[in-house]
Order: sequence, then structure tokens, then C-alpha cells
Amino acid sequence: MAASAALSNSITAFKPSPCQPRAASINPLPSIKLPSISSNYPLISHFAPTPKNPTVTPLRSAAAAAPETTNSSTTFHGLCYVVGDNIDTDQIIPAEYLTLVPSNPDEYKKLGSYALCGLPSSYPTRFVEPGEFTSKYSIVIGGDNFGCGSSREHAPVALGAAGVAAVVAESYARIFFRNSVSTGEVYPLESEVRICEECKTGDVVTVEFGESRLINHTTGKEYKLKPIGDAGPVIEAGGIFAYARKTGMISN
Amino acid sequence: MASSSAIASSSAPFINKKDVGLSAFSSQSSFSVQTARQRISKKIVSVMTPQQTQRTPATTGSVKTGMTMTEKILAKASDKPEVSPGDNVWVNVDVLMTHDVCGPGSIGIFKKEFGQNAKVWDREKLVIIPDHYIFTSDERANRNVDILRDFCTEQNIKYFYDIKDLGNFRANPDYKGVCHVALAQEGHCRPGEVLLGTDSHTCTAGAFGQFATGIGNTDAGFVLGTGKILLKVPPTLRFVMDGEMPDYLLAKDLILQIIGEISVAGATYKAMEFVGSTVESLTMEERMTLCNMVVEAGGKNGVIPADKTTYDYLEGRTSVPYEPVYSDEGARYLKEYRFDVSKLEPLVAKPHSPDNRALARECKDVKIDRVYIGSCTGGKTEDFMAAAKVFLASGKKVKVPTFLVPATQKVWMDVYSLPVPGAGGKTCSQIFEEAGCDTPASPSCGACLGGPKDTYARMNEAQVCVSTTNRNFPGRMGHKEGQIYLASPYTAAASALTGYVTDPREFLQ
Repeated sequence: MAASAALSNSITAFKPSPCQPRAASINPLPSIKLPSISSNYPLISHFAPTPKNPTVTPLRSAAAAAPETTNSSTTFHGLCYVVGDNIDTDQIIPAEYLTLVPSNPDEYKKLGSYALCGLPSSYPTRFVEPGEFTSKYSIVIGGDNFGCGSSREHAPVALGAAGVAAVVAESYARIFFRNSVSTGEVYPLESEVRICEECKTGDVVTVEFGESRLINHTTGKEYKLKPIGDAGPVIEAGGIFAYARKTGMISN
Repeated sequence: MASSSAIASSSAPFINKKDVGLSAFSSQSSFSVQTARQRISKKIVSVMTPQQTQRTPATTGSVKTGMTMTEKILAKASDKPEVSPGDNVWVNVDVLMTHDVCGPGSIGIFKKEFGQNAKVWDREKLVIIPDHYIFTSDERANRNVDILRDFCTEQNIKYFYDIKDLGNFRANPDYKGVCHVALAQEGHCRPGEVLLGTDSHTCTAGAFGQFATGIGNTDAGFVLGTGKILLKVPPTLRFVMDGEMPDYLLAKDLILQIIGEISVAGATYKAMEFVGSTVESLTMEERMTLCNMVVEAGGKNGVIPADKTTYDYLEGRTSVPYEPVYSDEGARYLKEYRFDVSKLEPLVAKPHSPDNRALARECKDVKIDRVYIGSCTGGKTEDFMAAAKVFLASGKKVKVPTFLVPATQKVWMDVYSLPVPGAGGKTCSQIFEEAGCDTPASPSCGACLGGPKDTYARMNEAQVCVSTTNRNFPGRMGHKEGQIYLASPYTAAASALTGYVTDPREFLQ
């Protein structure tokens, strides 16, 4: 596939894996929190007629790591898949698959099969095996600026459809973060250090919400995570609409 | 420079007795402006906030801290006298835009959550623009345009730029093309407003002095039903650009300079405000190019103060009254960056990141396989005029396939009808033909983002391309091992003529 013969020496080769240490530090990003939707806000002034059959079915497929249900003791356990910095939405779900409409259940499933297929060939391990719809990796570990690029919601949706329970990255692009929370597809967790340099694809990890930590059982190391805060209950409910209903902001 | 005017907060707890007269005036004018806006008077075309004498906030007692443009817009849209960065506010949306890629998903969510028979919050505030995957035989892509049409019919949506005859774009009078350019050309971008779109480059509209940002399908579904969205007020980074713009430089070079400076995450969750004498000298299309790539720095929104250039552009394009806002003198910025534009040189962003900045002249040994001129970033009328200028100056033919994709029908028509200055009456299209470029294609987003396999100019092999588009991550234009150099239309045209990445000064000086 590589046409390296045609490439001039002046082109910087893109080496995303293993996770590269940064040359210069970028401004530390503030802790990213989705604004809390508290009942203090008058939510919706002119609301359309309430739906007749408000079946709220979060679109997440059965994750490879099934979470325990209560807030503070939610844990995810599974294999991790490690990527580098600036994983943009074209790598998460290439644009040619955007004809798939996420709100259509069959097409939602298909999106899962294409998750992370845009990663270059320098990633030797495929995220989803050909012919499969879900991945055996339920935790994605990334570096800086995960999810940068497009506003396409297909990105967190493809990860969720493939069975990803959580992404643990150093930092996120804002639209991806927002979409992850609004859809409830994946938990976008933030690490305090560059976990992507210390974990390898295939390591067995546990993510604990209550303790805000990630344990790598393969290396025996533990890492502190930033608490997800108010975004957590929104994702747990299944996204922004489900949360609004659950908390009584939208009547059923 | 942007004029500063502070709208006195009508809920200020203390008003210095001496200043009651002026404060009362301010409150009153602020109130009357609000009322006028609520009445949606058709007589008022634009309302300027009244100029105030320069007085420090301490003496007025009525303005606690100055606000930036972005803060003011969000304050107004959330019916609050004042907001600060970090505040979470419910904002009224003036315009929601969607297209063929994200529209169907947003519509699906809207119907699921609000009911199959639900109606959108305002049939005149939704603008639906098919533009991404149009001229393709991909059945799902075609179906997605049909889904948009069915919805618009059912909801009686006022602004739907439909296309039915895919074989001949000119047979579709309503069809426009690239959403961000169409929004501007059709007068949907107005100072002081909040515009959201299901596309990351919605930030382009900030060129009109409004708050514009991209959102996902779920948020869009929410807006469809309620007309509101929950937003966190971003802090503002200020970019002051002064100096005379050299005649080999374009707005694309300016934004590549900035992104190279602050990195692809340098503006995450922040507003980017562009001011300075250079910015004031830019045309609307150039300002759009500047704001377009704000998202490539991670920015939440880009914003340029409205001025005569803006009003002249809007003349005849919109009859909706608007009210520009300007940053206060005392507004607080997270950081300020200053540029002397006269010292800048043509740039490229090398593979594979928009912040991989390099001087075009330092890449002159990079052999290229093709050139692409198009997209919301570099496919507007002035972008093609710029490319034509370089081809005209050279008089030679291109050495590599050069693909031209006008952003909209209007741009396409301009390319075929407007005379290029100094060309003795020749149009862009004639100059392009003489230079051996490909025939200008049907207007759409085209190959900027790859798309279905049969998309015109899609990169289906690992090649090196100089492009006037906005992103160059791996696989962006199709092939994962493709190498994309982002550049201005001048640089793209110059590179086409030599077959190498080329500084346009080779031809323009």
C-alpha cells in the first residue's frame, strides 16, 4: 500500500504508534465538564407535543465489558486498544461511511464494523476484525486531542456500536466530547498522565468510576483519572434526552 | 478597530447618582433595542449600539466587567445581562443548518424523541443544504437527499436547497452547494446571531460577527424540537493582525500561520477573535476563510467584528433585522497574539496535520501528483480568481492534474462569467482551460473529505496533493497513505504549474 518510493525525504512520516512523547508541551487544557443540566434552568419553553410512545432505548449495543449499574461503583473491565495523539474523526470513521444513518438500527450496527478502520497501516492490529461488527477491545486509550476534526456524531456512535465502553484520553476535542455525552455512546474519560505511552494494545484493564482510576492488570500499574463529573449521569442514562426524561425535565 | 460600546446592565445593583442620566439612557436604549428585536420590525435593517463616552467601568458602576463579542452574543441569546467564560447557559438559536450527511440522523433523533408527528420549532429558522455526497451513484447517499426532501415537505421548511437531477446540477434552480458558502450567499449569516450547524466548519459564519459553531446529530435533534441549546461560554483568544497584506498572501496563509503557532488543540473550547487593520481590509470571503479553519485549532467559534464590509455584503441578501455587537474596551482575553502581516510568507501545512506548518519555499523539492482547488475553505469565487491570477501571470500550462470544484452554483457561474482583472476580458474558466486544468466540476464538497468511491477527484491511490481544503489527516481525501499539503489558492496554482510545492512569488513578483 505504501508508495514510499514516490515520497520525498522532506515529508514527515506519521508515526502514531507507539504513542510518541511530546516534544513541547501544549497549554494544559482545563478539566472538561459538560454543563450540568440542573432543574434550576427552565428547560424548554415551547416544547412540541409529547411523544405518544416515548421508548427511550439508548443506542449502545451490549458492550463487551458490561458495567455495573450504580453510579459510584461503575466499572469497566476488558482489553484496551492504544492509539496516539490527534486521532481525528476521519480515522475513527472514514468519510465514505457517513452515508450510514446512525438512527437506523441496521446502519448503526454497520458503523460499528468500521470503527477505527481509518487508522493508518502503522497500526498493525485491527480494531474490528473483518466480518465482525464489534471489537474485542472495550476500552480505547488515547493521547491528546482525541476526536479532533469533524462534528460528525458517527464517530462516538461507531465506537459505541463496536462495543467500546469508555475512551481514556489525555484530552479531547470539544465536539467529540460533547457528542459522546449527548449520545451516551461512550464515556470520554480523561487521564492525568500519558497512559497511552505506558499501555499496549491487548493489556487487560479495569476502569473504576468511583475511585476515578484505571488499573492495568498486565503491567500492574494504576493511574488516576479525572472525575467525569456531571457528564457521567447523562451518559449513564443513555444520553441527553434519556437523562432529561429520567430526571423529570421532559415529561413522558 | 472594533468600536467599543458597553450595554449597561439593567440589573446593576448600584448606580452612581451622578451618572443616573447616562445610565438611564443606556438602559433605555438597551431596552428599546431588545423590544425592537422582539417585535421583529421589518423597518429596521440594522441597529448599532449607541456610542458611549469612554468611562472606566468603575465610574459607571453599571458594567462590572467588559465582555468580549462572543460573551455578548451568548448573553443576548440567553436573555442575560451578562455572562462570563465557564457559564453554562441555555441559548436561543437563530439558525440551524444541516446537510445530507448529518440531516437524516438528526431528523431520526428528532422524530424518535419528540414524536413522529412533531413539528420543528420554527420552519423559517432551519436551513437544509444538501452538499456533501451529491454527484454519486451511491444509493445510500442519494437516499439521504430524499430523506431531507421528505422531511422538508412534511414540515413545510422554507429554506431547502434541493437537487433532483444529479446528472445536471444546473437543472436544479434551488440547489446551491457547499453549505457554509451557501449560508453566506443566501443571507442567513447575520451579526449578533447564534447559528449552529451539523458540520464542524459552521464556524465559518463567525466572519459575520455572530456566534457560529458545529454540533452533532443529537444536539441538533434537540434544537429541532426546542430551538434551544445548552452551551458553555468560551473564553476568548484575541488575534491582532496589522500591516499591509502582501500581494502574494491570502487569508489561508494567515490562518495556517495561526494554527501552526498554537497547534491543533491550541484553541480547544475557546473563541478566536480576529481584529486589526489587516482583518478590516479583508473581503467577506477572505474573512470566511479565516474563520473556517478555527475548528482546526480546536476552536469553538471564530469571530470578526461586523463593519461596512459586512453591511455591504448583506445589502440585498437579507431583510431580517440584525444587531451587531462589539467587544468592550475592558473585555478580558485569555491571551492576545499579535502579527505583523507584512512579514509573513506563503505557507503550507504538511502531512498529516493542519498545524504542521512550513514555508512553501522550503518545500520546493516536494514533487506532487495533483492539485485540488475547492471546498468551503478554498472554493469560493475569490479563491478561483486568485488561482486564475497566478495562471495568467505564468501563461504556461499545469504540469499535474488540477481539479477545480466551485463551492456553489453562484461560484460556478462567477467562474464562467466574471472577467479576471488584467486578463483582457477573459473569465476564470477560460484561463483555467488555457492552463490545462480540469473542467470546473459540479459544485459540492467534493473530494475534500474523500467521500463515496466515485466522488470526482477523490484520491484513490497514495499520491501527493496540494489542496486549498482544510484538513490533511491520514485518509482525509480518500487514500490512507495520501499526502496532502494544505495551501492557499495562490500556492496551489503555483504548485500546479511547476509540479512541485511552490511559493506563489515565483509567479506573482
